[in-house]
Amino acid sequence: MSDQRASGTIVGVNGNLVAVRRHGPVRQGEVAEVECGSERLMAEVIRVDGEVAQLQVFEDTRRVAVGMKVAFRGELLSVTLAPGMLGTIYDGLQRPLHRLDDRQGLFLRRGAQAPAVDLQRQWAFHPTAAPGARVQAGEFLGWVQEHHIRHHVMVPLDLRGSATLIHVADAGDRRVDEVVAILRTDDGHERAVTMQQRWPVKRAIDRHERRLHPRQRLVTGCRIIDTLFPIVRGGTACVPGPFGAGKTVLQQLLARYAAVDLVIVVACGERAGEVVETIEELPRLVDPRTGGSLMERTIIVCNTSSMPVAAREASIYTGITLAEYYRQLGLDVLVLADSTSRWAQAMRETSGRLEEIPGEEAFPAYLQTRIAGLYERAGLVELRDGSTGAVTLIGTVSPAGGNFEEPVTQATLSVVGAFHGLSRARSDERRYPAIDPLESWSLYPRRIDDDDPAWDAAVEFCRTTLRRAAEVDRMMTVVGEEGVPLGDLVVYLCGELLDAAYLQQNAFDELDACTPMDRQKRDLVRIHRALTMEPSLPDKVAARRFFASLTDAFYQRNYCAPGSPELVEQDLRIDQLLAQVGPTATRAGAA
Amino acid sequence: MMRTHRGIDTINGDIASVFADGVGFGELAVIRNPDGEESLAQVVRLAGRRVALQVFSGTRGLSVDASVRFLGRPMQLRVSQQLLGRVFDGSGRPRDGKPSLDEGEPVELAGPSVNPIRRRLPGRLVETGIPMIDVFNPLVESQKLPIFSEAGEPHAQLLARIGLQARADVIVFGGIGLPFDEAMFFQQTFEEGGVMGRTVMFVNTAADPVVERLLVPDLALAAAEQLAVAGQRVLVLLTDMTAFADALKEIAVSMEQIPSNLGFPGSLYSDLAARYEKAVDLPGAGSITILGVTTMPGGDVTHPVPDNTGYITEGQYYLTDGCISPFGSLSRLGQLVVGKATRDDHGPLMNAMIRLYARAQEAHKKLAMGFMSTETDARHLRYGELFRRHFMDLEVELPLLQALDLGWRTLAECYEPQQVGIKREVLQARWPGEVTP
Ligand SMILES: Nc1ncnc2c1ncn2[C@@H]1O[C@H](COP(=O)(O)OP(=O)(O)OP(=O)(O)O)[C@@H](O)[C@H]1O
Ligand SMILES: [Mg+2]
Repeated sequence: MSDQRASGTIVGVNGNLVAVRRHGPVRQGEVAEVECGSERLMAEVIRVDGEVAQLQVFEDTRRVAVGMKVAFRGELLSVTLAPGMLGTIYDGLQRPLHRLDDRQGLFLRRGAQAPAVDLQRQWAFHPTAAPGARVQAGEFLGWVQEHHIRHHVMVPLDLRGSATLIHVADAGDRRVDEVVAILRTDDGHERAVTMQQRWPVKRAIDRHERRLHPRQRLVTGCRIIDTLFPIVRGGTACVPGPFGAGKTVLQQLLARYAAVDLVIVVACGERAGEVVETIEELPRLVDPRTGGSLMERTIIVCNTSSMPVAAREASIYTGITLAEYYRQLGLDVLVLADSTSRWAQAMRETSGRLEEIPGEEAFPAYLQTRIAGLYERAGLVELRDGSTGAVTLIGTVSPAGGNFEEPVTQATLSVVGAFHGLSRARSDERRYPAIDPLESWSLYPRRIDDDDPAWDAAVEFCRTTLRRAAEVDRMMTVVGEEGVPLGDLVVYLCGELLDAAYLQQNAFDELDACTPMDRQKRDLVRIHRALTMEPSLPDKVAARRFFASLTDAFYQRNYCAPGSPELVEQDLRIDQLLAQVGPTATRAGAA
Repeated sequence: MMRTHRGIDTINGDIASVFADGVGFGELAVIRNPDGEESLAQVVRLAGRRVALQVFSGTRGLSVDASVRFLGRPMQLRVSQQLLGRVFDGSGRPRDGKPSLDEGEPVELAGPSVNPIRRRLPGRLVETGIPMIDVFNPLVESQKLPIFSEAGEPHAQLLARIGLQARADVIVFGGIGLPFDEAMFFQQTFEEGGVMGRTVMFVNTAADPVVERLLVPDLALAAAEQLAVAGQRVLVLLTDMTAFADALKEIAVSMEQIPSNLGFPGSLYSDLAARYEKAVDLPGAGSITILGVTTMPGGDVTHPVPDNTGYITEGQYYLTDGCISPFGSLSRLGQLVVGKATRDDHGPLMNAMIRLYARAQEAHKKLAMGFMSTETDARHLRYGELFRRHFMDLEVELPLLQALDLGWRTLAECYEPQQVGIKREVLQARWPGEVTP
């Protein structure tokens, strides 16, 4: 950090871009404050042309005038990392929204500033390191308990090389800004360590031993994802889809049910109302893993569509940086970014004002690099103490016109590990989640355990049947139902059954919204058995009838709690249906 | 703080620039032509001493000798009950020959956003009596929803009808680039419907200046916001938002901004969102519900204006062939009221009915292609016909609960209970007739 702080004078205003004649040295990406009357508007250097620096202002620039003063802060755009962030709702610059009210208590106040965590709160600090130890950035010195997580206090992440620990505070209550340790760096300086530290958001936190190849499944409770297009801890996925296809609902489900330690929700340029839904919902739900409320494992970074656009660009970086910090603590973190297209558009707006040469659809030429750089920040890592931490990133994409051929979708597809593409046709027919089972893919392994042939076979059956059913469907649109043989019709009906009773899932039904992995396994294997028993059906009318009843029975099962009499009743019904059409039925049904 | 400058340096499109000091971004100015003609203008760019102004009434006839008086503040509107029953233009001047406003605190247009955490979760149904809305895509207080339409569709009638039936405390109407006749149609409908006394209209007709089109939504929403803060439940009707977007495009071009898609500025999404996001339910106060019309050029929903709108709003009513289409139409807030503010069978019933209507359409296609229809197809076809007659026809007016009952009767008329994909306990409670397992 430079000690010299530059100042400047505004010489131009173009939307949220201000041109500043600088006095003194500035850095690319340095944060500055525009002094507009009594308000202090935060801004960031995004270009330097000799004496003039271009700054993007993170707030509305109304009333900003030529001649106003600018104070540079000497720091890049950074976040505070400390205990006390869980459950907080921040704006894109990590200002807690509950501290940004205007006088009326309703509207956001321009230029408001507030610390990211409560500085008055006392934390019970437990030291774990002893003076004399040689330490490196990210090593644990002690911890405090925050809800269900043990929040370690680390050697500052920006420490270069090693240092010697010369003092560690005793156990006791401390505020985050109190000194809990003192280091002597190798160049002889003493450095005080508190529980809070700063980190520039556009740089990845990489103080781990090494990156690992992610292969451990992250269970989401969403059947089509877990069964056909799984994601892994430390992996990445994207969810492109036209408007109203169900991207946000899917993300809300993941925020609720994904089996991870922490969730960071980045509401990036989307609707404020959706954030309200989340913050009404999560505190009421219990996290089965901890017994605490789901809000206690969640941080929301909220820069909705009517909030300033430059802060929207920052919001995704803020979210991923927080996630990397918790990964450094050995935790398993899921980042949900809705929508990365709005983030890309924020870059496009700024690039346009800078009059950069536009690329495809006027996105800047560096779009691909930025998207790749973002997803690259996810990952599974091994920490220096041998434990692991993960950041999983799932971003929605909102392609213009719902067309996946556009630049943001394409750039994203080339870097992610799984693609959950939502289709307009499916959402129009209310086949939710509208993830297209034929177009989507995942590069991660579908196997759960190495030795479960029944599951492997059921999944394979599901995939091939869906594909074949789609072919028959296409054929029938050409030659009609009468033009296909009975066997093909049965394949088609099997596909429809799999779709209606397994792939589709009602997000608004408490039970159906989330299916645990063991139930997914049992259900799919059961469907597989039922569908491979080769029923003897005399004709197409009988086939349609039989499958209508069978589909309905399997569909109804999804609404029955495990072990409930209703479930037993549906199973019985399935057995009876199968018994009516084939000799092998009893064996399959009883399994 | 009023400073007057003489002389205009450049005129390009509706942007004029002058040299001046100490002018704030977004500030308002009055430009006075030597012939005495006055127009408001707003600062849209500052570069050294050069101040670019967007001239509200357009630059045609503007003289380089005009004088510019800066007002030291952005554009404002006085909001009070005095607004009600009145008609204004896109600069906020009376259009009805009555006096100017003198009551109420002036408020800035396009003010700050409501803090997201201070919003209240919407949950009140706005009943319209239109089954395609109430049953399948319920309108919820504080929702923002466009009607996607095309030239020749009855969107004006639909908008006015919802306006009359929605029982809001105040209706704020924003007419953007409307044909004069259509503006008159709305005014007359409100007068005849007996709601003009609680309505305020901001009207910019196709003959009025383009820049003023940009201001109409902001005027309407500033008025709505103040009234909502004061506790009123406000319904904002905006038509046609495509004209608003076209005006944005025109201005962006004269500002030499790089276009992103079909000439629209890259900020189109943010510009539209800034307006639509004003829809809000305020805790302990009133609410703003926004219903807009977005005409789709060439009927193309992937055109940038409807496309960006769809990504912002909470669903859409898709008007085609004189009906609200069951496909493509969506109310995302529906789930907050369906089954909660309505009846417990509402959710499963509406989903099943839409799914089956999709089947009916397929069967219809099969029939049209000359394929043999099966027994199931015959059921679907019959259902499709009844569905159109009972629910899609815009002439139908039916209270919600009656419409739900009619829905069950329609299903029972065409299907067996196990064919409709509804969960058992609901079927047992509502199916008209026996449900055997
Ligand atoms: N799994 C689901 N179960 C039931 N309904 C769903 C499901 N997913 C989506 N929906 C319905 O679709 C609507 C739109 O979904 P959502 O808001 O997630 O769309 P989106 O893709 O995020 O759209 P946008 O890009 O405009 O934000 C929801 O309001 C809900 O009615
Ligand atoms: Mg969404």
